[in-house]
Amino acid sequence: MSAPKTMFEKVWAAHEVVPQTADTPAVIFIDLHLTHEVTSPQAFALLRERGLKVRRPDLTLATMDHATPTRTEQVFGGAPISIDSAAKQIRFLEQNCKEFGIDLFGLQDPLRGIVHIIGPELGVTQPGKTIVCGDSHTSTHGAFGALAFGIGTTEVGHVFATQCLLQNKPKTLAVNVKGRLRPGVTAKDLILAIIGKIGVAGGTGHVIEYRGEAIRAMSMEERMTICNMSIEAGARAGMIAPDETTFAYLKGRLRAPQGSDWDAAVARWKQLPSDDGAVFDKSVEIDAAALEPMITYGTNPGMVVPISGRIPDRKGEPAFDAAMQYMGLTPGQAIQDAKVDVVFVGSCTNGRLSDLRAAARVLEGHKVAAGVHMLVVPGSQEVKRQAEAEGLDQVFKAAGAEWRESGCSMCLGMNGDTVPKGEYSVSTSNRNFEGRQGVGARTLLASPETAAASAVRGRVTDPRELVKA
Amino acid sequence: MQPIKQIRSRTVVMPAANIDTDQIIPGRFLTTVTKEGLGRQLFADWRYDTAGNPKPDFILNRPEAQGCEILVAGRNIGCGSSREHAPWALQDYGFKAVISTEIADIFRNNSLKNGLVPVIVDDATHAWLLANPGAEVEVDLETSTLNLPNGSKVKFPIEPFPRYCILNGVDELGFIQSKEAQIAAYEARRPRA
Repeated sequence: MSAPKTMFEKVWAAHEVVPQTADTPAVIFIDLHLTHEVTSPQAFALLRERGLKVRRPDLTLATMDHATPTRTEQVFGGAPISIDSAAKQIRFLEQNCKEFGIDLFGLQDPLRGIVHIIGPELGVTQPGKTIVCGDSHTSTHGAFGALAFGIGTTEVGHVFATQCLLQNKPKTLAVNVKGRLRPGVTAKDLILAIIGKIGVAGGTGHVIEYRGEAIRAMSMEERMTICNMSIEAGARAGMIAPDETTFAYLKGRLRAPQGSDWDAAVARWKQLPSDDGAVFDKSVEIDAAALEPMITYGTNPGMVVPISGRIPDRKGEPAFDAAMQYMGLTPGQAIQDAKVDVVFVGSCTNGRLSDLRAAARVLEGHKVAAGVHMLVVPGSQEVKRQAEAEGLDQVFKAAGAEWRESGCSMCLGMNGDTVPKGEYSVSTSNRNFEGRQGVGARTLLASPETAAASAVRGRVTDPRELVKA
Repeated sequence: MQPIKQIRSRTVVMPAANIDTDQIIPGRFLTTVTKEGLGRQLFADWRYDTAGNPKPDFILNRPEAQGCEILVAGRNIGCGSSREHAPWALQDYGFKAVISTEIADIFRNNSLKNGLVPVIVDDATHAWLLANPGAEVEVDLETSTLNLPNGSKVKFPIEPFPRYCILNGVDELGFIQSKEAQIAAYEARRPRA
């Protein structure tokens, strides 16, 4: 009998085209290559320079999300896209996909959306696959038991040309989540707590496997929120073992296996979870039941506190002092006193239907506070349609929030959806780096529930005060 | 890619910890379809005021930093986004090596692919570098050592394959392409989704 293996080791071994040697990395086959307008143009240029084709257009899927407008008139109404260079990137992707024969979900496609939202939605994200994209939040797809990670543009070119990547085998890190999250505490709060515990470089060189009762109890959308932010702990990939929740999510999706193929696929997928006794290089434990809603106060996602807590006082540490100066916050201050100017609900972290439902549940019957600008951006056009079918858009609009077309939007502000200089944003996205949401923008990362509650009060607010669980 | 064997230069020290790729090159500059010219936007929000004028006290705007090819960063540089624009911008500006205690995985990979040498050092070496900005140091890729003016020779980790590629100025794509027979064989035996 062979030694017990982790899920990561099983997926890795199944994709080794050429094993790693002392002198050379492994050549790994890629089952699904997702691509978008921002990190692909220079890779297509490489193909042209060398006279190469895309080897497997059938395993490649393109969409546009990062630089795309979210205003309906610019997406569908023929109004000019505000940023010329963004409009040019969109045109480039259209031309490149046509020239190289790649399936593109273009600007007006009803199935377009953030690349990490539409992969699962379409059913192309599947357990056991290797999935890459020129985007660090590719870790999202690991929620299905795929090995999914972000790559740079040079590597995008390698995958286009060969459907393979050179990789050194990473180490494994088990994050064991004991107990259950209490009502009102979300997947976002859990992943922020995990990052706070292990730090922004805690997962460097590792693939995380999230395990334990709280993870098993989660929906696929919650699991995606967890795996999405693996990179914020330094881990290129995060994985969760597939189970009945995974299979139920995928069954019947547009590009999921059908009929007897489905049964064969499920049988394969059931072999993926880590064997009992499999050894991880490192492990950490976290008690889900002890957590409350979490929110960041600084300039990286590891600078996080419980919502009832205070900003720590680490005066004298240069990184802490710089963060306090940038954020305009005071060491020792209660985070619930922090004022809010902008609220953003969306992104590949929290832009799915369940996230919008959660925000709407908090907002219902309330108004966004005077002076607060709230922007709700669905993660995909499909999420938008489903939300509208449920009337969530009406809840947002009635409360005074803006409702837009899908895209990355204010998560990184590339398309012009930005937070003004010096203003405070409670955002459901994944990065609170300096300037991430706009020059001088001050970002506090939180769940959709906390974001919505903070919009209502105009101050950082525990959502459990507005919605009794 | 130009072959690189040794890099000898004074250092620029940016002691901030966790310098992320959004600082190296802010997202709004990613709406480009080429690699060229990104050096102008390197560290844009730290380097220029809102009117676009250089901030005189930012290190890259000071006279002593001009012409330096080695960047010493605080702990853990390159976390965040996978944007290869970050190493492109550093290189276009003129940097050839980046030194820190930890370097985030994707940024490190992207750097290696472009011949920007990532040098990971121990705490004591790092502390010395932070305390001696402008020191003339040598990154010797042939021996994988960082040579300090005080005589210390510090080994740094770098995998043999990217080291070979940078030393010889060749990119990695050719190596993958040379495995065509194995790739085709894998494709033939791979289960259909």
